[in-house]
Amino acid sequence: MNKMPLSNRLFMVMGYFFLYVPIASLVIFSFNESRLVTVWGGFSFKWYGEMFRNDDLLHAAGLSFKIAFLSATLAVVLGTLAGFVLARFGRFKGQSLFAGLTSAPMVMPEVIVGLSMLLLFVSLQSGLGCSSDEPLGLLSRMGCWAFGERGMITIWIGHTTLCMAYVAVLVQSRLKELDRSLEDAAMDLGCHPFKVFFIITIPVIAPALVSGWLLSFTLSLDDYVLTAFLSGPGSTTMPQWIFSSVRIGPTPEVNALATVVIVVVTLFVVVSNRLMLSAQAKRDKAMQAAFSGKS
Amino acid sequence: MKKWLSKYLPAGRTGVIAVPYVWLLFFFALPFFFVLKISFAEPDIAQPPYTPLLTHEESKTTITLNSGKYSTILDEVKSFGTESWADAAEQSQYVIAYWNAIKLAFLTMICTLLIGYPLAYNIARADEATRNTLLMLVMIPFWTSFLLRVYAWIGILKDNGVINNILLWLGVIDTPLQMLYTPFSVLLGMVYNYLPFMILPLYAHLTKLDGRLFEAAADLGASKWTIFLKITLPLSKAGIIAGSMMVFIPAVGEYVIPALLGGGDVVFIGNKLMDDFGPNLDWPQAAAVAVVMLALLIPPIVWFQRFEQKQQEEAA
Amino acid sequence: MAVTPSSADAGESKKNYLEIKGVTKKFGDFYAVDDVDLVIPKNEIFALLGSSGSGKSTLLRMLAGMEKPTEGRIILEGQDITDLQPYVRPVNMMFQSYALFPHMTVEQNIAFGLKQDKLPRDEIADRVGKMLDLVQMKKYARRKPHQLSGGQQQRVALARSLAKRPKLLLLDEPLGALDKKLRVQTQFELVNVIETVGVTCIMVTHDQEEAMTMASRIAIMSEGKLMQVGGPREIYEYPNCRFTAEFIGSTNIFEGRLAVDEPDHIVIESQDLGRGIYVDHGITGPKGMNVWYSVRPEDVTLCRDKPDSQHNWVEGKVHDIAYLGSHSVYHIKLASGRVVMANVPTSHWGEAKPATWGDDIVAKWGNNAGAVLTS
Repeated sequence: MNKMPLSNRLFMVMGYFFLYVPIASLVIFSFNESRLVTVWGGFSFKWYGEMFRNDDLLHAAGLSFKIAFLSATLAVVLGTLAGFVLARFGRFKGQSLFAGLTSAPMVMPEVIVGLSMLLLFVSLQSGLGCSSDEPLGLLSRMGCWAFGERGMITIWIGHTTLCMAYVAVLVQSRLKELDRSLEDAAMDLGCHPFKVFFIITIPVIAPALVSGWLLSFTLSLDDYVLTAFLSGPGSTTMPQWIFSSVRIGPTPEVNALATVVIVVVTLFVVVSNRLMLSAQAKRDKAMQAAFSGKS
Repeated sequence: MKKWLSKYLPAGRTGVIAVPYVWLLFFFALPFFFVLKISFAEPDIAQPPYTPLLTHEESKTTITLNSGKYSTILDEVKSFGTESWADAAEQSQYVIAYWNAIKLAFLTMICTLLIGYPLAYNIARADEATRNTLLMLVMIPFWTSFLLRVYAWIGILKDNGVINNILLWLGVIDTPLQMLYTPFSVLLGMVYNYLPFMILPLYAHLTKLDGRLFEAAADLGASKWTIFLKITLPLSKAGIIAGSMMVFIPAVGEYVIPALLGGGDVVFIGNKLMDDFGPNLDWPQAAAVAVVMLALLIPPIVWFQRFEQKQQEEAA
Repeated sequence: MAVTPSSADAGESKKNYLEIKGVTKKFGDFYAVDDVDLVIPKNEIFALLGSSGSGKSTLLRMLAGMEKPTEGRIILEGQDITDLQPYVRPVNMMFQSYALFPHMTVEQNIAFGLKQDKLPRDEIADRVGKMLDLVQMKKYARRKPHQLSGGQQQRVALARSLAKRPKLLLLDEPLGALDKKLRVQTQFELVNVIETVGVTCIMVTHDQEEAMTMASRIAIMSEGKLMQVGGPREIYEYPNCRFTAEFIGSTNIFEGRLAVDEPDHIVIESQDLGRGIYVDHGITGPKGMNVWYSVRPEDVTLCRDKPDSQHNWVEGKVHDIAYLGSHSVYHIKLASGRVVMANVPTSHWGEAKPATWGDDIVAKWGNNAGAVLTS
């Protein structure tokens, strides 16, 4: 860094300025007394109070957190399996299709994914006869319970499909770095491959799973487009609330919400980064102690 | 025991593959078939809001394929060159929406590359502690809500927003500049939001470059520019391609940014799709729009995946 | 999973403890291991020596069960283990990078294999303790692998692979991850431990010094085939082909034709030397047969005066000298353009002035100095 030329430094400063100006303006105007977001009317915490009294918002936030938790969890399970298959199973029939399907949700425009999933669920509903009066078989009844109406379950499925792609990529790249002989060694010592996966592979790649879970959680918490297709009348999520209030005419309440989100995220990222770095430093120190010849 | 295990093993392997595979086939691949199917239906006031393709009447099965939804788009393409621009804006809304999406997605890709490359390069060349902080600073806005980041730009760009207020106060202008609801505001919002998607793959590739290569090149008498052009740039080609595709492909299908920062004036094809799906309740038209969009995007997606696979094989 | 004791008599089974019969491994059209036959007696330390891609690691992985042979059988103490999964084989391996489980302590790493066999807790503790003593790692029992030095990690890996008392211990480049100084010391420690335990051991290495120090017999592999199998002295002094001669140490190889074939000696005419090579041992064959003669640089001596004999010397100019302390390596360029290497002890010249660049010099060797090779 010390040798970075002045022009580069200047560029960096401008780049980070660009990244942070909107964030700063969000935070500043959350303390605006005035209802008009960008016309300063004096300092006030008023909109934070408003935010916490807004039942619609609290309800939407609750639903979003619930869905984000469920989606992240299922996405980690499915994404880990997919990443493991891609990194460890070598060639198999239909492998390139599988690889394509795994990563496609990351680049495929969400409007297409959302519409197609919606049409699947709608077709399932009419195919299973969910709205008919005739008695249904067990399978159909289960199908209708899950897909019968748009709501939490359909959003959950949509978000899981999107997020598992990210988890799969994380897990796959972590496994590729990982020395395969760890798994070989466990097997050599008498451990069945299934057990190897759970007692060696999973613990060793745990950090990738944690970051996969967190990434999935934020992606789900943040998703507007997929949710717009997959949610029903009773299921408004936080992004949907934000979107409609921004369209109708936002108040500094939205800024207050944004500030809370920013503070939480920043704290979280900084703390986890610190923890990671200090763990690394501890390890380095232990290494040094070991090498300094106390053996 | 031995027999049982050797029989059990391949079954276990297939099982492990099957769980994510079946999920993706059912919830990701199969739905595209329904999009294709419903794009040939007619809208209907019913539940679901489109006509069935197969009808049974008196033990006779008829298939009705309606290609009218594609004709809407194709007719626009045909007449596009023949009409004046004003007429085109009125009558060729789909073509213009496709064009807007591709044009602005491409510009976004170029701008994020121009801004992101120097940032990624400087982050990658910084010492380790600084690098960590700089990378973290790129990530923090990315982890905060996407919608809120778009919303932030409204406050900055609108007529009584931050920039106009400052300029008015400085006396540079006396009437507010129209910045919001223009192609410029959409582009700005897209560049801002897609920047991390460009920086991260670029950083990942640039940080892998061996610093000794630069020293070797300098030792052999190459100037800084030559080093950049002949060493750094070619070796980060894979990162440039990955970043560009990660930006371009989803940007073409963008909905939220043009909806919030474009007003009704800058319309992307994603917005047309959402309009047909929502207010117009014309799901077959939305499906047809999606099929055409997919047809446009599949070549770059497939090419990109091939490219990534080749990269991985070369690395192995 | 119980192992049936061999029905053959004890002596026989000791000699044929491990039998590798016609083992071949193909990856596509490529023969990684090509029809290898090998018999290893009980308690031997055996080394597979070869450069990378020679198939030695593939052969080792087939012994461990990580790879299935395309053809052939592997028989351990009378039991055919070819189709046994790695996790049921009575064979354990020490991996090249040690593959210590990073999330487990030293103790837990060593206990891992015993836990898989569901041994009683007390017995596991007892055996882990003994293993820690054996490799002198008792005071590091609670440490994680990343808190250990390379040498300590190597000892833990060894203890882990011995804890299950395998019938066969496999070592994959056992010292490859250590730096050179540590390696020499560790070689002897490793052999000590293996001999204390009394386990049959096959190691894979690309380092000939390591193989020659540690192993009682060595197999040299190239392109999936065994080129020569024998004790360290045997393969060094009596290589059976040009590959082995050049792979182990350095050597001068002269091509020639069999000119004289008598019961007590042969003479090889060599174009390169312009002189005959007299050998008082070796081969018999038809006259004119193509043969090669390998003579080690340390068996070549230099002098200033031409000897009286007809054979086994050449004259040339000193082309290059590499001074290595205890000796120097001289490169002598002959009139034909051939270069002959000679190791000359520093004491060789005595009071006289050592030969230097450009000097005319004679290189000679004894009648039984080299080996005659037919392939």
